[in-house]
Amino acid sequence: MNKISGVRRVVGAVLIKDLRIEVRSRVVTNQVLPFAGLIMIMFAFALDNDDVLQRVAGGLIWLATMFSLVVIVQRSFAIDTSDGALDLLRVAGVDLSAVFLGKAIALTMQLLVLDVVLVAAAFLLYQVQVSAVGFVLLVTCVIFATTGLGFVGTLYGGLTAGAKGRETLLPLLLLPVMAPVLIAATRATEAAFGSGGAVTSEGWAWVGLLAVFAAVFGLGGTLAFGPLIDE
Amino acid sequence: MTNGKLINGKLINGKIVDFADVVIVYDNFPAIAGATFTVASGEIVLLQGPNGAGKTTLLRACAGLLPITRGTANVLGCDLRSDRFAVRSRVGLLGHANGLYQDLTVLENMLFWSRLVGATRSDIDQAMSAIGLASRLSQTRVAHLSAGQRRRCALATLIVRRAQLWLLDEPHAGLDAQGRDELDRTLRTARDSGATIIFASHEIERARSLATRSLTVAGGVVTST
Repeated sequence: MNKISGVRRVVGAVLIKDLRIEVRSRVVTNQVLPFAGLIMIMFAFALDNDDVLQRVAGGLIWLATMFSLVVIVQRSFAIDTSDGALDLLRVAGVDLSAVFLGKAIALTMQLLVLDVVLVAAAFLLYQVQVSAVGFVLLVTCVIFATTGLGFVGTLYGGLTAGAKGRETLLPLLLLPVMAPVLIAATRATEAAFGSGGAVTSEGWAWVGLLAVFAAVFGLGGTLAFGPLIDE
Repeated sequence: MTNGKLINGKLINGKIVDFADVVIVYDNFPAIAGATFTVASGEIVLLQGPNGAGKTTLLRACAGLLPITRGTANVLGCDLRSDRFAVRSRVGLLGHANGLYQDLTVLENMLFWSRLVGATRSDIDQAMSAIGLASRLSQTRVAHLSAGQRRRCALATLIVRRAQLWLLDEPHAGLDAQGRDELDRTLRTARDSGATIIFASHEIERARSLATRSLTVAGGVVTST
């Protein structure tokens, strides 16, 4: 019981700390959101065809999410390493699994905000449409996909936090691992939008894959984060 | 009858640190090549020696961050060879970095560390009072503090964490004369409150006036001075 309340306490402290720093520094709102928006606009310029844009809107949303994730993860760990706080968390004997969960939840919440903006941008720029059932699928897909990305981003962010050349190492390691999320989330989003004649019911199997991905990296990250940081 | 006292249920024979023939091999290099020394409760011990002598390695080993290759090492009653993780929650290590979040205020940093260890708001108030951090600074972002104020804020987190052994690596570095005087006062206050302190410093004159005893580290070997 004490162990559980201790984990809750650390998760809460790390979550509040990360979100408070983001609210105060506004890196996500002032830098990452415009960056993701620019990706969406640049694709619109590059493809310049409404039919094609509507067909690939799902993929573009998730590509923009993943590129932005790399930036957010680097920022998330930079605040812990810039003045040696991550090292002190180790020394303090704090449960690093709880630190992982706190950081992953904070990252997921930031990604959710980002995805709401990106989906809204897709409606505005690409004129995609969604039915009521498709909307439920879309929301479910966003929740599971961002949760999985939050876990995997935090795990790999911790892995590269103390490494030399982490700015380039992180995307090299992270992007291939996120490929299953990109594929599954894109297919589910296309099903929600009805892109290319896709049917909404086809999307649920992909959402299942996203849930499995989130569960695997949630459990794996909770177990592996402490030893990874400690080494 | 053994002389000693109980700390967290473990008998400490007056020795907070007890190293015997300790060898630490780090990246295939014997960073510590035979350290035998003890530190008693309430001492302020200076580690002196040239750069690369092994002072930082020794401090990190005492904090349970490095595995002991050979010898016996006990800190606060914990055997570092069998379980070096157990000691971590009871020691406070401050290197050149302060471990503070620049975008948070002093109070928010203190609240963060206090939540991690389950300390109360009154613990924070006591720590800030003991460290001489004026209440007007509590709402100031760490990024806006002077180097000395940041150092004191970092030391306050050690008090909040109730660290029994303070391990400080060059605590005077980057501080002006006033900041150094304040730091020395802080460390003496902490010692008077029951903390034991081991610190490494190149500023020998100032450090000797603060320390109750000094150890020399050279080539990974520790000798009493």
